[in-house]
Amino acid sequence: MNVVAERPACITVRNLTMAFGSFVVMREINFTVRRGDVFVIMGGSGSGKSTLLRHMIGLLEPAAGEICYGDFNFTKADPKERERMLRRFGVLYQAGALWGSMTLAENVGLPLEEFTDLSPKEVRQIAALKLALVGLKGFEDFYPSQISGGMQKRAGLARAMALDPEILFCDEPSSGLDPISSRLLDNLILDLRDNLGATVVVVSHELASIFAIGNNSVFLDGRSRTMIAGGDPRELLAHNADPRVHRFLTRDEEHQRRTA
Amino acid sequence: MRAEPSALRSSQLSFGRASGDTLVLALAGDWHLEHGLISGAALERELAHPPMPRRIAFDAAKLGQWDSSLVAFVAEVLELCHTCDLAVDPEGLPGGLRRLIELAEAVPEAKDAYSTPARAPLVERVGAATIAYTHSIGGFVAFLGAVTIALGRFMVGRARYRRVDLMVAIQDCGANAFGIVTLISFLVGTILAFMGAVQLEQFGASIFVADLVGIGMARDMGAMMTAIIMAGRTGAAFAAQLGTMKVTQEIDALSTMGISPMEFLVLPRVIALILMMPLLCFYSDLMGVLGGAAVGSGVLGLSFTTYFRETLHAVTLGDVLGGVFKSSVYGVIIAISGCLRGFQCGNNSSAVGDAATSAVVTGIVFIVVACGSFALVFNILGF
Repeated sequence: MNVVAERPACITVRNLTMAFGSFVVMREINFTVRRGDVFVIMGGSGSGKSTLLRHMIGLLEPAAGEICYGDFNFTKADPKERERMLRRFGVLYQAGALWGSMTLAENVGLPLEEFTDLSPKEVRQIAALKLALVGLKGFEDFYPSQISGGMQKRAGLARAMALDPEILFCDEPSSGLDPISSRLLDNLILDLRDNLGATVVVVSHELASIFAIGNNSVFLDGRSRTMIAGGDPRELLAHNADPRVHRFLTRDEEHQRRTA
Repeated sequence: MRAEPSALRSSQLSFGRASGDTLVLALAGDWHLEHGLISGAALERELAHPPMPRRIAFDAAKLGQWDSSLVAFVAEVLELCHTCDLAVDPEGLPGGLRRLIELAEAVPEAKDAYSTPARAPLVERVGAATIAYTHSIGGFVAFLGAVTIALGRFMVGRARYRRVDLMVAIQDCGANAFGIVTLISFLVGTILAFMGAVQLEQFGASIFVADLVGIGMARDMGAMMTAIIMAGRTGAAFAAQLGTMKVTQEIDALSTMGISPMEFLVLPRVIALILMMPLLCFYSDLMGVLGGAAVGSGVLGLSFTTYFRETLHAVTLGDVLGGVFKSSVYGVIIAISGCLRGFQCGNNSSAVGDAATSAVVTGIVFIVVACGSFALVFNILGF
């Protein structure tokens, strides 16, 4: 049963409190992500899911508590060590966040150019390969504004995977996509995890996606401003007694049926 | 044809008493928003008549088509019943309407959502503004420091940026600014010449217009006009570009990739302006002199040769170099205020506009302050 626990801890979050000035968004968040997990950060809109992700990748500083990657204390590290750690991350932003002044190949190639000694021709070759992996073969010389939102997201994923990261962070990968593209993106994330051995952290509120890919999770509740559950989403659905978690994971269907 | 409001109302809504303590609201005809809303005041008036009913019921048998106007009316009636402690029997209402009302009442009113913070006393507001202002100065100094570090890394060749970005920035604030700098500088030259001519002609000293325009452009006006043009043109563009990148998370994408946005985005823009401003300034000096010469020959009857000879005689190399040096400093000011405001941009599209505006304002204010300081320092140095 407990195969999960045997894998080494990859990310540990201890007593994390997130705040903007004196306004506390979330307090006392604790969880461990193990190597190879697809970890889902879930919760209702505005509960602070993306904020938690932004803390984990160092864009925001915790008000209290710490975030560790393996034995590496990310919160206490100096900027140089942190930068080295960042290179082992890949981040897929909500709207792709591709650099608008560069073509797709340049977008994917930039991290390769900056952090490897590859020649421009080799960079281009690898960029084309990564774009082909996400189904964008032939779009190397397009600018982000010339392709659709779903394609931008996939290109964003290609860029996030450029340096074969150990940890891939995805901010709402399926939001704004039709169900089929969203499914494709989910499968893509799973494939990349299986083939590259990466750990994936996903912010999501799409149930289909959560159950399809997640094997570990944390549930943030905006009202009480803390986490109220954690673990495999399917087990949460089967065993968690907390009505807030249950209503979220069942789309509140029982309540709907009762009132209808 | 539109019916008279009063007639319409009486035809749409009438009251009847049933079994003693029940008031029946009979709804009839078509209820459309375009005919205006019917207020609950009619019901209040009806309630004022004794005997006071204890229940409210509805009769919608003659009701035609209806839209939100009826929903709003029923909601108001329900509210009124709630405050007057009357029982409501919604059975008579159409099913769709009942569900809409239920939906509207499903989530309780968010009382604290309306809360506007109480207006703080004057002293507190002044204090808060002062603290915010000192923080903004701190931010400016920190940004300046970060730019300096980035420039240092550039000097030793360790900065991370794309050469093509630098080239694009140079083209944008160099070659592409030529047209407007030409036009404005030429006109400023003619204006200076006209102003001088009116006075100098009275003493028969029109030739000194050449001195006035030459020295004026070389020492101050060339650098100043170029700086103001570039603050409006390039400073605003920098703020808008970086602000948009902030909104679309492109700057976040750079930082999480371990690429410093300071080196990658700010550095090429600062360097481009430091390199291009002196060239533009020198060009602006020449165009100003040309403008002066046009007035000199066209209005004052001086020959071009005489005019240029006088200009060469009056303007020293020191004047020109002083102006060119100032323009370089203005370039740094424009680039830094543009990039700073871009980085401070909020997370929505109107914030990008604000960033561009405040980049121009900050830029021009600091340029004028710097210009004044230069005048003072150069004067003390006897330059």
